[in-house]
Amino acid sequence: MNMAKQSRLQQILAKGHFAVTAECGPPRGANGEVIRQKGRLLKGYVDAVNVTDNQTAIVRMSSIAACVHLRQMGLEPIMQLVTRDRNRIALQSDIMGAYSLDINNILCLSGDHQTFGSQPEALNVYDIDSVQLLHMVRGLRDEGKDMSGFELDTPPRMFIGAAANPFADPLEYRAVRLAKKVEAGADFIQTQCIYNLPRFKEWVRMAREEGLTEKVHILGGVTPLKSARMAEYMAKSVPGIDIPDSIIERLKSAPKGKAAEEGLNICMETIDELRQIQGVHGVHIMAIENEGKVAEIVGAAGLMPRPEFS
Amino acid sequence: MIVGEQKTLKEIKHMVAQYPKLLILGCGTCVKTCFAGGEDEVATLASALRLAFKKEGKQLEIQELTVERQCEDEFIQEAAEAVARNDAVLSLACGAGVQDIARRFDRVPVLPGVNTTFIGVLEKPGLFTEECSSCGDCVLATFGAVCPITRCAKKLLNGPCGGSREGKCEINPDIDCAWQLIIERLQKLGQLDNLRKYVSARSWRSGNAVGPRKLLREDLVV
Repeated sequence: MNMAKQSRLQQILAKGHFAVTAECGPPRGANGEVIRQKGRLLKGYVDAVNVTDNQTAIVRMSSIAACVHLRQMGLEPIMQLVTRDRNRIALQSDIMGAYSLDINNILCLSGDHQTFGSQPEALNVYDIDSVQLLHMVRGLRDEGKDMSGFELDTPPRMFIGAAANPFADPLEYRAVRLAKKVEAGADFIQTQCIYNLPRFKEWVRMAREEGLTEKVHILGGVTPLKSARMAEYMAKSVPGIDIPDSIIERLKSAPKGKAAEEGLNICMETIDELRQIQGVHGVHIMAIENEGKVAEIVGAAGLMPRPEFS
Repeated sequence: MIVGEQKTLKEIKHMVAQYPKLLILGCGTCVKTCFAGGEDEVATLASALRLAFKKEGKQLEIQELTVERQCEDEFIQEAAEAVARNDAVLSLACGAGVQDIARRFDRVPVLPGVNTTFIGVLEKPGLFTEECSSCGDCVLATFGAVCPITRCAKKLLNGPCGGSREGKCEINPDIDCAWQLIIERLQKLGQLDNLRKYVSARSWRSGNAVGPRKLLREDLVV
């Protein structure tokens, strides 16, 4: 295992390509084959793969370990790291360890609150928040120092990502929060799933006005809906998700057995729109436990072949 | 105030069953104000316990007493005689009061009758709300006098998170999103620019992360 090379995602975005990333959740168990199987479905179709960190606060194989499985297969991982479970000591340590294992992209998150998960009695940490985590990772990289100011012999040179939810309230503050993340160190942004395109466009417009789209690469998030029921559940029960009634209606009025197909159509239309929006530099496909669909989406959206670098 | 909630009768009954003579000791300050451990609650609990044991054919001798504060020696002393007459003390004070009583009377079992819940306010009759974590380094000036450390479920200092919807916290629709309140308040004050500034990682050394704290006021030492 070698120390990380320059991030491929970073090179793709720097060269002005429309980037494609996907999401991959580690298993609830110790079987590395599960993550390798998902990796096989994604390899060649995406530029990098996000590996979630105990998402929805359900205990899973660690993000670092799952990233290494993907790296060994030749995929480029984006390690998601949440501040829910680790204090600053553990976070810095894991970032250094990850980089030593050839992981060179990180997505800094606060994480789903533990009360949503399978072990709601757990104590949360939240020593630092996601913006402070961005600041920390940039400090490790650019100043080569840990949070105590100690100079590191080899700094972890991460390509740094952050999440943004254009649909959460209050809207007027969303661009300010994005600005904070960019100033704290975000090189790229992956957004919450987009179903409400007008609101997303409004958010990007606000970001453009603040000059943020010049400073950060925005990747719009998409998740194909499989049914009207799934859409209704997400709209009602998943925090931060905004699905307009018109989308739910489209799924409902799809012919019997064709709702998933309609969901893919909606997803494809969204990607087409994203490619037209000034300041949007890529798409992040979160096909939850549906990784097999990613290749189809990327192909049908005309995003193949993916750029190659030596 | 410190807000507390009386433990269930079942739990209290189980705790005190082995002591034939019991002193229920109320506290006349915070727990009185939140209806958990003042004079009235002492009387109600004593009656309920007597009845509960009587139903089982057991005799328990219960004495009732309430002092002004169980966290100050001056008032604790007033309970000395009653404590001496009993086999155990069921304190209806907050956790600090229970421990102070135990420290003063080191040969008598002192049991907690109240769960100390938080530092908070009476939002409306019957509803108490947590507002302060006693972190030891108050940041309310930056955040329009709404505490993100206590009132944001993730303690975000550069919030809000992505889950806030219609002004409510993602983990509980009955809880206001602290960041919504902060933003609204700063808007009214014309200080929304406060939030453009990056708030750096906090030192938790002023809080109980360092272990138990002491506050020494040299000016008051005699």
